[in-house]
Amino acid sequence: MTTVFGVPLPAILGQLMLGLVNGSFYALLSLGLAVIFGLLGVVNFAHGAFYMLGAFAAYIGLASFGINYWWALLLAPLAVGLLGMVIERLFLRHLYQVEPVYGLLLTFGIALIAEGVMRSLFGASGKSYPVPPLLQGGFNLGFMVLPIYRAWVILASVTVCGLTWFLIERTRLGSRLRAATENAKLVQAFGINVPLLVMCTYGAGVALAALAGVLAAPVVQVSPLMGSSLVIVVFAVVVIGGMGSILGAIVSGLVLGLVEGLTKVIYPEASNIVVFVIMAVVLIWRPAGLFGKEQ
Amino acid sequence: MRAQIITVYVALAALALIAPFLGLYPVFLMKLLCFAMFACAFNLLLGFTKMLSFGHAAYFGASAYVTGWLVTAQGWGTIAGILGGVAVALLLGLVIGAIAVRRQGIYFAMITLALAQLVFFVCLQADFTGGENGLQGIPRGSLLGVVGLGNDRTMYYFVLAVFVAVFVLIRRIVHSPFGQVLKAIRANEPRAVSLGYKVDRYKLMAFVLSASLSGLAGSLKALVLGFVTLSDVSQTSSGEVILMTLLGGSGTFLGPVIGANVVVTLQEYLSEVVGAWVSVIIGAIFVVCVMVFRRGFVGEIQRRFAQRSGSAAL
Repeated sequence: MTTVFGVPLPAILGQLMLGLVNGSFYALLSLGLAVIFGLLGVVNFAHGAFYMLGAFAAYIGLASFGINYWWALLLAPLAVGLLGMVIERLFLRHLYQVEPVYGLLLTFGIALIAEGVMRSLFGASGKSYPVPPLLQGGFNLGFMVLPIYRAWVILASVTVCGLTWFLIERTRLGSRLRAATENAKLVQAFGINVPLLVMCTYGAGVALAALAGVLAAPVVQVSPLMGSSLVIVVFAVVVIGGMGSILGAIVSGLVLGLVEGLTKVIYPEASNIVVFVIMAVVLIWRPAGLFGKEQ
Repeated sequence: MRAQIITVYVALAALALIAPFLGLYPVFLMKLLCFAMFACAFNLLLGFTKMLSFGHAAYFGASAYVTGWLVTAQGWGTIAGILGGVAVALLLGLVIGAIAVRRQGIYFAMITLALAQLVFFVCLQADFTGGENGLQGIPRGSLLGVVGLGNDRTMYYFVLAVFVAVFVLIRRIVHSPFGQVLKAIRANEPRAVSLGYKVDRYKLMAFVLSASLSGLAGSLKALVLGFVTLSDVSQTSSGEVILMTLLGGSGTFLGPVIGANVVVTLQEYLSEVVGAWVSVIIGAIFVVCVMVFRRGFVGEIQRRFAQRSGSAAL
């Protein structure tokens, strides 16, 4: 059997596959974070909590209302996105004049509330969510079995990331968004409702996190704390990619997932910390991140 | 005004001295002091230099682990164990600080958070920390082999003495020429740069001081309670120390002390009554603080007084 670093090739490909799946979640989450940061200048600490709420929305939908996976994929991001818009309207909006760290602190508090509420209602233990019937099983690639659901996660994530990139970089709505990022006052003077745009942007970023949560529900345990350590990894991914860079967030999310998977093969003990080590190295070498511009 | 401040300090000192005789549980009082010290050390950075570190539990927890390991597994004395812990916190602060001060504001917060998570995972996987179980049965030992610290009251006065020393030291640092430069950086960083100050070096210095003193608080906490767990290095603890400082009033001397007392007391008593809802309550306090109460308790009181009679510094 072919071996690399003394590890059989199928094992390596399996880990790379898992890494790419994780990378898909990183990409979706850091994309939402980057979109929100770009327009609102807020680092959304509650992003992990919204991811968790998305997964729970799918779980509750199935358990209590019989809403299947495909509807959950649509409804959960919508519901969580609406919640995000309410939060923006009630709280975040009043913090744009003060220093940006307060936005970070506020969303941290919101994350604590969301996690605490879910833990009180559902307990700390993980719940399992079934893989939808259509996506069960796997392709036999000869050298390894590719689970269909994991392939679907990667495909769905890359598609959504691509669409979001297109929306922001290539459409009229996106150009307004980018203009509002540059100079909100001027854009407002041209008759565009900037506060509404900001509210919807926050909702959309949050909905992306919830979508990642629904996608993750069948492959991870749905638990109240599933997002709390993930969000820190995603922060590191965003710092590596360069804050506010859409493309940077997507690319570094996917690549870092792969790197993490590879580390699991070569030196498993370091797989939890490799992203943070890379972040430190990138910061020393390029403080603005790989795709970021020095301000 | 000055007389009033002195009165407040004298009253608080008297209260701290007689507290163990008021029927309050000494271990709880020591826990309050340790977290107050942690918050004061954190405030040196947030309040007086305006750098929001989101990973201060790393220094607090790492120092607690190292002290616990040194006195338990290596048989070091109490003082040597504490110094060993603080030395590790200092080194960690130096390395993490050197990377983090390259960026400002929220970037700084995110970087300190991510690097603290790295420390968390190291503590989770290393052998000497006991992994998920943490360290247990850490002996308090004695002061230089003379005064045994096993007695809760003796230990209390030892912790109180260290706390007062740290509090005075922080006041001294803030009022020193070094502290004035930090103030200048807080007020206007580009200006401080243009005046020729090596801003990054000053910020790193403040970071290392803050990390070391946080480590001291962590070491003492390990000795007081006799155990160290992963929650001491977790992001939750990092968040809590921010809340303590913010709630009490960042940039004031007494604020973090009061904030720490409020938060620790709330956690101690509420968790028995409401269980997991305690984190909801903590989160709600966070939201209220950020939305309408950014000056904190002491900051608000100070502002009221300042409106009536010149400046004040509690």
